[in-house]
Amino acid sequence: MVTAPATTTGMFDLHDVSVTYGSETAVAGVNMHIPPQAVTALIGPSGCGKSTLLRCLNRMNDELGNVKVGGRILLDGVEVNDRSVDPVELRMRVGQVFQKPNPFPFSIYDNVAYGPRTHGVRSRAALDGLVEDSLKRAALWNEVKDSLKKHAFELSGGQQQRLCIARALATAPEVLLMDEPASALDPISTQQIEDTIAELKRTVTIVIVTHNMQQAARISDQTAFMLRESMERPAQLVEVGDTRLMFTNPSDKRTESYITGRFG
Amino acid sequence: MKASTARVKRARAIESVAKTITGLAAFLVVGLVLFVIGYIVYRGAGSISWEFLTQPPRKNMTAGGIWPAIWGTMLLTFWTAAFSLPIGVMAGIYLAEYAPRGTFTRVVRLSIANMAGVPSIVYGLFGLSLFVLTFGFGRSVIAGALTLACLTLPVIITSTEEALRQVPKDLRQASLALGASRLRTIVRVVLPAAAPGIVTGSILGLSRAAGETAPILVTAVAFYAPIPSTVFGETMALPYHLYIMATQAVKPAPHIVWGTALVLVAGVGIINVAAATWRSRQRSKIRW
Amino acid sequence: MADTSTTGRRLSRPAFRRAADRVVTQLIGLSGIAAIVILAAITVFLVINSSRALREVGLWNMVSGTDWFPTSEHAKFGFLPAEVGSLWVTAVAMVLCIPVGVAAAIYISEFAGRRTKEVTKSIIEFMAAVPSVVLALLGIALLAPHVREWFNLDTGLTAFTAGIVVGAMALPTIITISEDALHAVPKDLRTGSLALGNTQWQTVYKVVLPSASSGIFAAVMLGLGRAIGETMVVLILAGNSGIIPDTALVSARTMPGTIAGEMAEVVQGGLHYSVLFAMGLVLFTVTFAINLAADIVLERQRKKWRR
Repeated sequence: MVTAPATTTGMFDLHDVSVTYGSETAVAGVNMHIPPQAVTALIGPSGCGKSTLLRCLNRMNDELGNVKVGGRILLDGVEVNDRSVDPVELRMRVGQVFQKPNPFPFSIYDNVAYGPRTHGVRSRAALDGLVEDSLKRAALWNEVKDSLKKHAFELSGGQQQRLCIARALATAPEVLLMDEPASALDPISTQQIEDTIAELKRTVTIVIVTHNMQQAARISDQTAFMLRESMERPAQLVEVGDTRLMFTNPSDKRTESYITGRFG
Repeated sequence: MKASTARVKRARAIESVAKTITGLAAFLVVGLVLFVIGYIVYRGAGSISWEFLTQPPRKNMTAGGIWPAIWGTMLLTFWTAAFSLPIGVMAGIYLAEYAPRGTFTRVVRLSIANMAGVPSIVYGLFGLSLFVLTFGFGRSVIAGALTLACLTLPVIITSTEEALRQVPKDLRQASLALGASRLRTIVRVVLPAAAPGIVTGSILGLSRAAGETAPILVTAVAFYAPIPSTVFGETMALPYHLYIMATQAVKPAPHIVWGTALVLVAGVGIINVAAATWRSRQRSKIRW
Repeated sequence: MADTSTTGRRLSRPAFRRAADRVVTQLIGLSGIAAIVILAAITVFLVINSSRALREVGLWNMVSGTDWFPTSEHAKFGFLPAEVGSLWVTAVAMVLCIPVGVAAAIYISEFAGRRTKEVTKSIIEFMAAVPSVVLALLGIALLAPHVREWFNLDTGLTAFTAGIVVGAMALPTIITISEDALHAVPKDLRTGSLALGNTQWQTVYKVVLPSASSGIFAAVMLGLGRAIGETMVVLILAGNSGIIPDTALVSARTMPGTIAGEMAEVVQGGLHYSVLFAMGLVLFTVTFAINLAADIVLERQRKKWRR
């Protein structure tokens, strides 16, 4: 992969992207730009292919088998589906946080250190620094700094999710994909996650899938609305644009109906 | 109305009879197991002494202890584990993580299931012809252990696969999304999470192998042998010692027979119970 | 990772690591076929070693031969005494363990409380771990003398005696697999039947048992395979006489017992040796067919209930 200019790392450009499971096309014709160091929210009713599209960005669809991604997906100008791109390397640059907190059954420390260790960081001092740094960025450090050896399962749900964010940050990704990261959490934990996201976007590009429109309105800079109008047709990107504009003055009728709660 | 009440009554009566009969069957089986254990303890307990456990047989096998047989069984079991664990765990990983859906995988699965049902004496014949004769190991610990390893393999494969399948998909995805390769994901995340199931299943399989007589009859054991100095030597073993002492001894020595039986059952039993307890404790610690 | 923000370094994963990955992955794939390889090897070695017997005596002559005089001057290698003996032992075993085993499985799966269920299952699981030679010993000590007395026989070592113990050995297999089959029947079917006003037992025999019948059949088949192949119990308890037994209450020889009893004493490479391998081949073929049938049935059943 060619190195991109250092100033604009973590920017995606999608051209006519489609996803096909076996013989069924789930998503088609997606064109959008994902700006660096900003939050892009993907919204839409469930089953509209938000998560599917998200998984294209770090090629996690590869792991499902029988999935074909069409069109072009450029990360800083480089096609991620190119044969020369190792998905393993791509995923170091594009981290992911999942819907349900999924810490490994290890200690807090080992959870965060997992990524760096995978990529060959062995020195204790370097790992210690990375763990502390990542936990701080995920706003968890103050709560766990004295119990890094504690089993991750002993944390609360919200803490576990922030641990997962820290774990993803530890490989220093330029992009962080979040698939409804707060949907399994209580309001207070959700608030903490949202604060964390606001803090993170200064350094990382964030793409977040959410079905909570208030959340999208609160935290994102850009919003993309996806819709699958019938099961016979693939899901499409209806509208993408500045979040404030979209929520106050959507250009598409369907976006307006969704935002005002008429379906979905 | 009256007729239907009578019918309900009849159905209830039949139900209680059915419950009693099936309950009796279950009770009979449980009673049988408890009786077997109890009887062996009752007959064998008197023979157990420090000397019995630590000394070789004396006076033409009518006195002394059974230490060489204990040691031989431990040796056989150890080497059986050494041969069967790596292959069995890897095969389990293959089935749970890599095997594509299709005819080939189906054949693999059927083979594993079928291996579990091959009579132990057939494994004995196989071990005799392959390990003892073709490989030239002779009657030896290594030939016996390889034979027992074949017999244990399906148990280890099956329990590994089952344990791996219980690890949630989330964890694999989290690791992959961090840029770990599939193999690293399996080795670092999935295997440790599945360890309790794998270890327990394997131990149960191995303890069964430790009690097998037929496979080692023609591949490893001798009526009397000193403790083997290498794995290429013949050995004594508890189940075989028991068989010989119970059926072919020149002079009967019942206290040695029952003592040996107790040592064998107690050994297998303690390992089984310990493994099962450990598993349930691990399970309560990790809840998905 | 402050000093590693240049994309270049992070994109080159060490090549050796990738190579190691590939090697281990291939090893895993190779282990995956271990079972097929071993089964094939068993077949090949049984055939090779029995080739002399197949040539000099002939398969049909062995399988249908009525006399087993392997060591006399005009040696006769007829398997019928062992085959019929195995049949008697197995028949006795199955007659005893099928009803008891299936009934116990029904109780454990359908009627027992959670606690009873757990305890009972682990006790029965333990039964599977008791070495067969130990059970055979109990058979000699406790069962054989009584069998002799009850039926007024010369010896207590009979196909019947061995059959009882073999039946006990097959019990855990039958119970565990039947219980799995019963347990796999979806709850909705049960609640549906109960809601129609059926009693628990009516539900069991009208709905649950028919739904689980293929699994129970497989359990019985696997138990059967186990019983035919069981070696130490029949070697010690069946008596090993040479005649073709016409009832279960006489001393009989069996196929596994014959192989185990005589293998240690024959000349390696001799005809008798080869004949024992041929007997092993027959035994292997029979159990293979039985197990295969059972496994295919079980696989179908698993598919049926997969949601």
